[in-house]
Amino acid sequence: AARMFLRLLSDIQWRAAHPKWRRMTQRSTSTTAEPHPVSLPAQAQVVICGGGIMGTSVAYHLSKMGWKDIVLLEQGRLAAGTTRFCAGIVSTARPVSIELKMAHYSNNLYQQLEQETGVQTGYMKTGSISLAQTQDRLISLKRIASSLNVMGIPCEIISPKKVLQLHPLINIHDLVGAMYVPEDALVSSANVSLALATAASRNGVQIHERTSVSHVTIQKGRVTGVETDRGRIQCEFFVNCAGQWAYELGHSGEEPVHIPLHACEHFYLLTHPLKEPLSSNLPTIVDPDGRIYIRNWQGGILSGGFEKNPKPLFTEGRNQLEIQNLQEDWDHFGPLLGALLRRMPGLEALQIMQLVNCPESFTPDMRCIMGESPTARGYFVLAGMNSAGISYGGGAGKYLAEWIVNGYPSENVWPLDLKRFGTLQSSRTFLRHRVMEVMPLMCDLKVPRWDFQTGRQLRTSPLYDRLDAQGARWMEKHGFERVKYFVPPGSDLLDLDHSKTFYKPDWFDIVGAEVKCCKEAVCVIDMSSFTKFEISSTGDQALESLQYLFSNDLDVPVGHVVHTGMLNEKGGYENDCSIARLSKRSFFMISPTDQQVHCWTWLKNRLPDDSNLVMEDVTWKYTALNLIGPRAVDVLSELSYAPMTAEHFPSLFCKEMSVGYANGIRVMSITHTGEPGFVLYIPIEYALHVYNEVMNMGQKYGIRNAGYYALRSLRIEKFFAFWGQDLDAFTTPMECGREFQVKLDKGMEFLGQEALWEQKQNGVYKRFTMFILEDHDTDMDLWPWWGEPIFRNGRYVGKTTSSAYSYTLERHVCLGFVHHFDEKTGEQLVVTTDFINQGEYEIDIAGQRFQAKAKLYPFSSLFTQRRRKDEVELSGYQRE
Amino acid sequence: FYLTPPQVNSILKANEYSFKVPEFDGKNVSSVLGFDSNQLPANAPIEDRRSAATCLQTRGMLLGVFDGHAGCACAQAVSERLFYYIAVSLLPHETLLEIENAVESGRALLPILQWHKHPNDYFSKEASKLYFNSLRTYWQELIDLNSGETTDVREALINAFKRLDNDISLEAQVGDPNSFLNYLVLRVAFSGSTACVAHVDGVDLHIANTGDSRAMLGVQEEDGSWSAVNLSYDHNAQNENEVERVKMEHPKSEEKSLVKQDRLLGLLMPFRAFGDVKFKWSIELQKRVVESGPDQLNENEYTKFIPPNYHTPPYLTAEPEVIHHKLRPQDKFLVLATDGLWETMHRQDVARIVGEYLTGVHHQQPIAVGGYKVTLGQMHGLLTERRARISSVFEDQNAATHLIRHAVGNNEFGAVDHERLSKMLSLPEELARMYRDDMTIIVVQFNSHVIGAYQNEE
Repeated sequence: AARMFLRLLSDIQWRAAHPKWRRMTQRSTSTTAEPHPVSLPAQAQVVICGGGIMGTSVAYHLSKMGWKDIVLLEQGRLAAGTTRFCAGIVSTARPVSIELKMAHYSNNLYQQLEQETGVQTGYMKTGSISLAQTQDRLISLKRIASSLNVMGIPCEIISPKKVLQLHPLINIHDLVGAMYVPEDALVSSANVSLALATAASRNGVQIHERTSVSHVTIQKGRVTGVETDRGRIQCEFFVNCAGQWAYELGHSGEEPVHIPLHACEHFYLLTHPLKEPLSSNLPTIVDPDGRIYIRNWQGGILSGGFEKNPKPLFTEGRNQLEIQNLQEDWDHFGPLLGALLRRMPGLEALQIMQLVNCPESFTPDMRCIMGESPTARGYFVLAGMNSAGISYGGGAGKYLAEWIVNGYPSENVWPLDLKRFGTLQSSRTFLRHRVMEVMPLMCDLKVPRWDFQTGRQLRTSPLYDRLDAQGARWMEKHGFERVKYFVPPGSDLLDLDHSKTFYKPDWFDIVGAEVKCCKEAVCVIDMSSFTKFEISSTGDQALESLQYLFSNDLDVPVGHVVHTGMLNEKGGYENDCSIARLSKRSFFMISPTDQQVHCWTWLKNRLPDDSNLVMEDVTWKYTALNLIGPRAVDVLSELSYAPMTAEHFPSLFCKEMSVGYANGIRVMSITHTGEPGFVLYIPIEYALHVYNEVMNMGQKYGIRNAGYYALRSLRIEKFFAFWGQDLDAFTTPMECGREFQVKLDKGMEFLGQEALWEQKQNGVYKRFTMFILEDHDTDMDLWPWWGEPIFRNGRYVGKTTSSAYSYTLERHVCLGFVHHFDEKTGEQLVVTTDFINQGEYEIDIAGQRFQAKAKLYPFSSLFTQRRRKDEVELSGYQRE
Repeated sequence: FYLTPPQVNSILKANEYSFKVPEFDGKNVSSVLGFDSNQLPANAPIEDRRSAATCLQTRGMLLGVFDGHAGCACAQAVSERLFYYIAVSLLPHETLLEIENAVESGRALLPILQWHKHPNDYFSKEASKLYFNSLRTYWQELIDLNSGETTDVREALINAFKRLDNDISLEAQVGDPNSFLNYLVLRVAFSGSTACVAHVDGVDLHIANTGDSRAMLGVQEEDGSWSAVNLSYDHNAQNENEVERVKMEHPKSEEKSLVKQDRLLGLLMPFRAFGDVKFKWSIELQKRVVESGPDQLNENEYTKFIPPNYHTPPYLTAEPEVIHHKLRPQDKFLVLATDGLWETMHRQDVARIVGEYLTGVHHQQPIAVGGYKVTLGQMHGLLTERRARISSVFEDQNAATHLIRHAVGNNEFGAVDHERLSKMLSLPEELARMYRDDMTIIVVQFNSHVIGAYQNEE
């Protein structure tokens, strides 16, 4: 039955399209039965594995960019995997901005593809309607609508009545509203893939079907070739577009490439046409509260969904039995069918054609996976589409092609970068459990600061149990458990854990108390998750290499800490870190938690191959306790019998000292918040001891535990940018007011220097700005999160990147980037200080605009008279 | 005294066990889907035993229930040992040689059985060496005897039963220098046990029965109703053939005293059993063993007591009656149970209750639309109905538990009555035995698809 169906969805175009590349690859026309008429080339520049939408899109874009020496291998037939069974909905309504851009690009690409290639793609601009059954759902739709609108994608929030006008079959009695995206489209996904393949093949790409890749050979950390069942191809680049088999393919070679994805069964229903066949331009319906989508299909409907109890499969790898068992499971589909009939009661009498079971692959964080392997250069991946393959296909292929050709894509794709994962997300058990959570999440309402529940407690600090017992509430980053806040004894714990809201959360006062304690006394935050590297050498190699790789001057006296960016050629932040000079020849580097793989790879690929230069990941060796607050000095000096005052221990300073009984504690006078205090890097076996000592000693100074929410509020009100939230590879220090962390004249060349020089001379095109919401009622209004559009004098100028309530200012603070778009051409112009200061600003939160005051510098005066320690320049200090 | 439903459930489910035959990559698909088993004690401790295992060196699966009397020692020993004897009897000559060589040279032994045991089903650690030696002697003899012929399952079953009983008798006569073991082997020999064992291999189902436990096949008729087919004969006074057999084996003069009050020699309910050497050994042998035995045995009135009219032993045998049945697609399940079940429930009711239970849980026969004309509304109705059926009908996940619930709790209308269940289960230990017997049940579920495929092949 499945075979019969293949033909149904793929239409007849398969055959029409086929001869085109058959001719290109010199296949004799009369030998469909003959398996391999053309032998594989012995070498190619790029080998792409997988002939689905991803593989063909990458091939298409690579060939468009002028690369010709490309071979695409497909184990079966082109577009025969998930692509064939895909529902063919191109939907741009995506919450993550980069995904939205990919989908928008895909839509435009598919629209003109038929004209370009002559292959019918079935493209039909039907529009889509996302329904809201609850007010919260409507808020989330409004947030998406805001970001679609500022990108120039038509989109409106409509009333239930309007929904009925657009789609007569819908039952609207339980709806509170909907979002209409008129330019969303339907395609035949298999044919889009074939069209892309046809175009690529015309551009010289060789396509070989029925050829399976057994493994990729890697030598000295570089791809050298591909072994197939038809022989070997030497290549420079390999692209793994093997869809749900990408994980296995990644693991097939001697050196595994970890691609964390896992397949789940996915069901959708096909019906016979209605008595009065549905029009082919009827909009697609997405009903997330009912967990279903419904599109018109050949006069009838196609409807599927994301059930609460997904069925993961292929956990142990490809398995014939599981493939055979991929059958219709009506009992499983029952709830979705119920939701469909509730939404469209008129369909009761419609006849079923088939229930299709097509596995989809999902990733641990619901975002797709692209980029280069951290362990094998030239090994690229594009997979794990979380059932949005057709929406992302065009854009994802384009970014990956740019990445291969230019070394970097034209947009910030960090949220999708393979390197956001480590080997720790590669356990099959973890993936199986996580995707069972991820698939239902496709439809679940996502409120600010939601978190995954599965695959938790993987990496923990040695203090985990202690903190947990004291009421810690946890969130997870890169597998590491971090404290959000501490629930004070006596609070209603259950209630707190279930709070989900777009408004003021119920931890508001709890975090407020923690912030107050940081301001007035002292708090301890466990920050062990931060990535920690040690780089040392026998001679000056370490200093010399780091001076080239980092923009600040690292040739500082021993014991000093330097905040610096790790920049790329364009001056953008690949990483933002603090580096302590432990000795003349060794450095201790602290970066954000999720930098563990990326930063390691970046440095590894750029450090000279010198056995006397050693880099070590010591993340696991140290527990980090951040003592924030004016009394941190007192606690620490009492515990160490050492004077800790500014004269003896200036800010941005690092010293190994004893704390309590424990020796060899690295104490640094930084807090990552702009508040006074210290971070203690404690060898893990001393962690409990030092923590206990600090808490005991701290009692008389009013010490308490605090979590990351307090830290966030503190750093955002101080206008501190965090990498991964505010900073990315497309942001330079010049654009975020950090010129003082760049030493353009440090006497030697460094990465990004040229780009920064140019920016210094010509100005920047965006500027990191702090906004204080003016007419925002913290108790009543929707809270900002991130990604809210910023309007200057009524015109869109950029988006926020993070936000927090400032307990000091008693206002919300948003951080974000302001651009200057030419009013007529939309061209980006230089952003000057005057441009920022002379505007009237508004922030759009789910369609509602709030007045905001823009600032380029933090309110130092507001925060008492204390010196702002973290940002003090170092030049005044004498060398030891 | 009243038990709440959760308390009732925890009593009923304390011993339940389920096994699902793992599926392999398209090959070696078993005709058994799995089995559910459970037991409910009336004696303290319970005298019933059960066993289940997969043969690893030959094909097939073994399942059995054992009803002990005069203590549980014999039933325990048989439950541990019988399957090994059967498995060994089925082994081809080469495998026997291989095993013997492995033992000889101290190498690791091929595993013979994979047991499927409830945590409460224990094996005696102390006796394992002794048991092993007896078993080894048996296979050594089999090696010497090498007939060169392929082993017939019926013969293997009969040989294994007889041999084990023989070994039990011999071990008791020889004794053991270890006093604990010595007492154990005597207790095993002087107590008794029935055995009802099923061997399933593809469509070939063999039932070997000794005593009054019973095997019953549940058959689904074309109209969906359930009927029962007996696959064993009870060896007791109600079985005329059996009475006839006993009478044939002894002189005419004993005819009157052989069966009294429906019992063998007026004493024993089952007419065949393991152990029970008091009905097998000569009077001299019994006296000798008891006198030389440990004090506990000597002081025991029961062991010293010689049955009346005991002239021409043996009166009892462990030789099973073997019935072979070729499984058909309509044969959906097999129930093996000790007489505790059959005393309270008619087999027809057993077939119906289990059949409805299995189809209820199992109605998950996937729905396929295929070429039928089904509308969304019809499908929705069908699915809703199926869901309702699952959630409301059964609190049991185990067919054997479900059967026990009915056997103990059924009122006159054939429905489970919670009050009755509660009363029956809260009887004090000393009273329980008056109202009910130990009950041990195994329900084996067959894979009709596989059986159908076998049939088509033939």
